[in-house]
Amino acid sequence: MAAQTPDPAPEGEPQERHGWKWALNAPALAVLILAASGPLIIVAVYSFLSPGNMGGVAWDFSLDGWFKVFWTRDIFDPENVSWNWGNLTVFWRTVWLSIQTTVICAVLGFPTAWFIATRPPHRRALWLFLITIPFWTNLLIRTFAIQELIRGTGLLNTVMMGLGIVNEPVQMLYSDFAILLGMAYVFLPLMVLPLYAAMDKLDFRLVEAGYDLYASRFRVLWHVILPLVKPGFVAGSILVFIPSIGAYVTPRVLGGGRTMMLGNLIGLQFGQGRNWPLGAALSMLLLIIVMIALIAYLRTVNRDDGGRRG
Amino acid sequence: MAKSFSVRRLPGFGAIALATFVMLYLPIVVLVVFSFNAGSSQSQWEGFSLQWYAAAFANQQVQEVSIRSLWLAAVAAGVATALAVPAALGTTRVSRFPGQTMIYALINQPLMVPEIVTGIALLIVVAWLKVHTGYTGMGYLVLAHTAFCIPFAYLPIRARLETLDATLESAASDLYASPFQAFRFITLPLLVPGIAAGFMLSFVISLDTVVITEFVKSAGQDTLPTYMLGQLRRIITPEMNAIATLFLALSLIFVTAFFLITRKRG
Repeated sequence: MAAQTPDPAPEGEPQERHGWKWALNAPALAVLILAASGPLIIVAVYSFLSPGNMGGVAWDFSLDGWFKVFWTRDIFDPENVSWNWGNLTVFWRTVWLSIQTTVICAVLGFPTAWFIATRPPHRRALWLFLITIPFWTNLLIRTFAIQELIRGTGLLNTVMMGLGIVNEPVQMLYSDFAILLGMAYVFLPLMVLPLYAAMDKLDFRLVEAGYDLYASRFRVLWHVILPLVKPGFVAGSILVFIPSIGAYVTPRVLGGGRTMMLGNLIGLQFGQGRNWPLGAALSMLLLIIVMIALIAYLRTVNRDDGGRRG
Repeated sequence: MAKSFSVRRLPGFGAIALATFVMLYLPIVVLVVFSFNAGSSQSQWEGFSLQWYAAAFANQQVQEVSIRSLWLAAVAAGVATALAVPAALGTTRVSRFPGQTMIYALINQPLMVPEIVTGIALLIVVAWLKVHTGYTGMGYLVLAHTAFCIPFAYLPIRARLETLDATLESAASDLYASPFQAFRFITLPLLVPGIAAGFMLSFVISLDTVVITEFVKSAGQDTLPTYMLGQLRRIITPEMNAIATLFLALSLIFVTAFFLITRKRG
């Protein structure tokens, strides 16, 4: 690569050449530091400050924001510390719904990706395009579509009542179920695409060898296909899990006010709740969870096959 | 297909796959169909009508937020693309250099950090800036959207650069083209599909961004998605379906164009 690079300054020494590379990146980095990385550092700082009177912060060091993430003090007896069950319930719901979303996406995504990967080559592009369209269409609109479908007067209830399955509308909206349905719906393409990428490279001679050795379909699936497409599974799971754990729009629209996820709890601290340090600490917690997931992913990738580069 | 044994067949997978495709499209199709409903129901078909489209077009607020969304997306995508081109050149057309990993991490940060965290982080900074500068204009949203769009503009441009034959640039240099001339007359024309793809992707991303906008915007700076998010708490008429359908159509045009452009190089 280096040899083919047009040299900007023929007499330039290596030191200068690096400067030139930085200069090309500088404008983009300036914007990113100003509006992405910098603000993130400020959030970390804010999580260690005291809440201001009208939102905002007072510049006094305090661990209260982090304390309130997990615990509460009795108003009348500050020595009386107990678990903040409200928050813990939200954390549990966030993690549990994200895991369920990932599992549902994997269960539906695997056969879907397999179906696409086993079509004749010239048809695959079309099926793949059909998966990609929802992926690129507005998440809010797709969430809205689900809301309309499952609301009390929505099509799903109308059809179920028309068929006599239920006698009165089933309340599906504003529940954990609605959030789960919505997240599985909006994040499904993120599972299918990496699974397909893994299956596309699958060597079917290995599958054939399995059958030749009298393995049943199930044994071939379990002992041959699944281990071979595991990188796709891992990538898909991380791609679904990370946006699920940080979801804001889907739980806000489908969960209503009472069934919040972590993202909504964070948003609340900068609205009516008005405890910015707590909100900042919750954001850091979310970020830490995302980092752990990413690091776990990278470790799996490095262990399985160091050479996998997209 | 004959009844012969196929190693590619797994029983039941086809059925699950087709059911998944139906599930993926059913909600969107229902949404679009009922935007043409003559009545105000989302479940009873009462005849074809364009009245909800007429209502949406006549709605002053919808006009206002749509125009704001479009120009914000155009500006943010334009600036993000303009910044992404040199960044892509500065990370692919060069030997590895110290700090390169950090640059990748910075560029891709908006993809990894949950939008809600970016949103409140920007809220904190913007609130401080508003107090200390007195400026409350659209500049904050432009900056926020631009930063968020950079990775989406960068990745297609970088992908295109990596497929380009660098010997063309060497040839230009051998023929005494200055680095600028080599870029202007060799690299840039070959890079156009990547730049177009990056711009369109960023445009769609900016248009879709709701969480960041929600936390950064000042009063009276609603975009189409934040306007819709606010409306979803109320009783919804098919006017919202009509707006959503138009929005979907616009996204679809851009995404299809994106695919055609990136495919051509095949």
